[in-house]
Amino acid sequence: MTISIPPATEKPIESLQPKGWFRYFSFSLDHKVIGLQYLICGFIFYLIGGALASAIRIELTSPMSDFMARDVYNQVLTLHGTIMIFLWIVPVVNGAFGNYLIPFYVGARDMAFPRLNAVAFWLIPPAGLLLISSYFINGAAQSGWTAYPPLSITTPAAGQLIWILSVLLLGGSSIFGGINFIATILKLRRPGLKLMQLPMYCWAMLGTSILVVLSTPVLAGTLVLLSFDIVAHTGFFNPALGGNAVVYQHLFWFYSHPAVYIMVLPAFGLVSEILPVHSRKPLFGYTTMVYSIMAIVILGFVVWAHHMFTSGTPPWMRLFFTIATSFIAVPTGIKFFNWVATLWGGRISLNTAVLFSCGFIINFVFGGITGVALAQVPFDIHVHDTYFVVAHFHYIVYGGSVFVIFSSIYHWYPKFTGRMLNDKLGIFHFVLTFIGFNLCFAPQHWLGLNGMPRRVAEYDPQFTFINQLSSIGALVMALSTLPFLWNVIHSAFKGTIAGDNPWHALTPEWLTSSPPPVENWKGPAPLVTKPYGYGVEVTGTNEQSISDIEIERIEQ
Amino acid sequence: MPKSSAIFTILLVIALLIGGTWVGQNVNLLPVDASTNASVYDELFKVLFSIGTILFVGMVGLVVYSLIRFRRKPGQIGDGIAIEDNLPLEIFWTAIPTIVILFVGLYSYDIYDRMGGMQALPQAGHDHQAMVNEQKIWGGIGSGSIESSTESTISALPVEVTALQFAFLFHYPKGDIISGELHVPVDQPISMRLESKDVIHAFWVPEFRIKQDIIPGQPTILNFTPTKPGRYPIICAELCGPYHGGMRSTVVVEETDSYQEWFDNNKKTPEITT
Repeated sequence: MTISIPPATEKPIESLQPKGWFRYFSFSLDHKVIGLQYLICGFIFYLIGGALASAIRIELTSPMSDFMARDVYNQVLTLHGTIMIFLWIVPVVNGAFGNYLIPFYVGARDMAFPRLNAVAFWLIPPAGLLLISSYFINGAAQSGWTAYPPLSITTPAAGQLIWILSVLLLGGSSIFGGINFIATILKLRRPGLKLMQLPMYCWAMLGTSILVVLSTPVLAGTLVLLSFDIVAHTGFFNPALGGNAVVYQHLFWFYSHPAVYIMVLPAFGLVSEILPVHSRKPLFGYTTMVYSIMAIVILGFVVWAHHMFTSGTPPWMRLFFTIATSFIAVPTGIKFFNWVATLWGGRISLNTAVLFSCGFIINFVFGGITGVALAQVPFDIHVHDTYFVVAHFHYIVYGGSVFVIFSSIYHWYPKFTGRMLNDKLGIFHFVLTFIGFNLCFAPQHWLGLNGMPRRVAEYDPQFTFINQLSSIGALVMALSTLPFLWNVIHSAFKGTIAGDNPWHALTPEWLTSSPPPVENWKGPAPLVTKPYGYGVEVTGTNEQSISDIEIERIEQ
Repeated sequence: MPKSSAIFTILLVIALLIGGTWVGQNVNLLPVDASTNASVYDELFKVLFSIGTILFVGMVGLVVYSLIRFRRKPGQIGDGIAIEDNLPLEIFWTAIPTIVILFVGLYSYDIYDRMGGMQALPQAGHDHQAMVNEQKIWGGIGSGSIESSTESTISALPVEVTALQFAFLFHYPKGDIISGELHVPVDQPISMRLESKDVIHAFWVPEFRIKQDIIPGQPTILNFTPTKPGRYPIICAELCGPYHGGMRSTVVVEETDSYQEWFDNNKKTPEITT
């Protein structure tokens, strides 16, 4: 298969595209515009999901259910989970950075299927609005983001059906994106660029997209059956009609455990891009990193039933899923040590991007350790469905993925806009986020161990103090968004001019102007065979630009 | 590496191992242990807590140390050293998590076995179950622990648990008692059969360290032996509707005499029913 790349001189792409700020609201086919559309849209939903989280934490400052009605509380926690997963983390770590960076990394001028790409993005805003509007129609879904039947069949149908429709749209968007990434990475590579020369984020996105394409259809099928149970009173999952409620859990987690890796593997990739640049060292152990990602992808498919250890699974199944889950710690541990080895002996600039990346590593180690404990059946039996689990997965998805999203925004903002973010304000943002996050979620481990189940609006009075502590942490987290928002908006107009390559990075997205032209590079795409070639001479066909950087770097 | 810093590193690692083990063994994060399961669970918890503390402090220490030691000082220019990989080192740190995982896995298997998790489910063992219906019984942890324990001369007390939005009902087949609270005599093995009338609920007693989902259409079994008299909360741990947070009950663990008194006061004698 050959794909012709239009020569830069003809500028055919540019002429087709709307220009100016308006293009961010248009059906643009430019992967960079689509990437930023994903990012900004995701961040708006993050603010909404965060407001819902604040509502939950306000309710939990007192042991009584007094801030909102009980069914509203269940709607809020359902919307919070669904928005944060499907409208913030998954679209941003995959869609936003994937779209922006992957074509640069493979040396292409756009994604393999630009129209499919735009369709994938434009499914998200209506799906999100649909989900949120369900609250105002007849009450949103209130059976949690897991929507376990028979509860999801017996709660008000309208909200649950809208929830299903919305998740189906978002799942479709995710599948379109996954197909596009696989095609782009495997088929659109610049001639001469080998797979094992790609930046690590490409491997992370290849692994993630395989997970997306193979597991999301299972969720879609399951939700369609669930909607039949609700609308047509079929009995797939309804025990009252001869169905089996546990089968739903198997099918649901067959997608939703890989979904954790769909949120976290791209974050691994992004951190692997950020750390070498700022520590001025090659990424340590490239080959083992690639194999680790693929091992996580394969193992990720055979661990789902660890979410169901109390569901009445037979002993052999519990044992199998314990072993499989535990072994994910091996490739993950390898990645941790490789990141530390990348830092070791470097010349690390302690800027906001590095701090958020290292904050991610620390939080993720904590979440990983509690994760290995949770994988053990006898341990899990006590803490399953408690605040211990809530704390654990927030350490993975917030302490992990969201920290990486912030790190990436600080790292790539100069590329997006041509201006720098204020680093002092950024460090302030990091300190607030790190303290707020740990204050919010660390105490929740104790709550779970001592008898507070998750998804409750009321609790024993003995847990009041720790819950209030957690709510203060949530308040700090909410406030930490303010310096970030100010920084991002203010720097877009008044930030210092970044120049093309403020970090003196060697990955291909930096070897062009900031922000890049529509065709990504004026002239041919550079052949970067050593994207982490710090400390050694760089080879490449686009000698001029790379050596310019080298000279610039030495002169500094 | 100079000799002095090598010795310093070794001392630091030893201090970490001792400190982490001490924290795991001495910092108590769990509620009172009131069943045979709970003491076994706490053993596992202490080991995992020790390992977790050592790993967390060690790994975070590595990250923080690297950031401080290798930070770019003012006026410093140029790159770090161009090391791309190191096979022996990578084999070493593949081995660390592998060994930890194998140890934790084998140890937790042993704990699981001691809790009775690997016992065959008593499909037709209890008459009342076989008679009620021939549905497949789905397992829970603690199933079969009665058979495996050495002092199994006392036969298990059967209790049938029905969960519905938003309450637990406990039925004692022996005296045909229906109660909203679970009364059990101390040191008496209890065999519960759990069934739900509507949605999925879960039976959780934090002080017993046991939890089992109660699933409509699929009865489950949960066995335990209480060891300390007292009143402990029974908590529904699976989202079951608006009043999920209020779906609570109490298990009252009593000395045999007072349990017998409660039992005699509440049992339905054949004279009364006919």
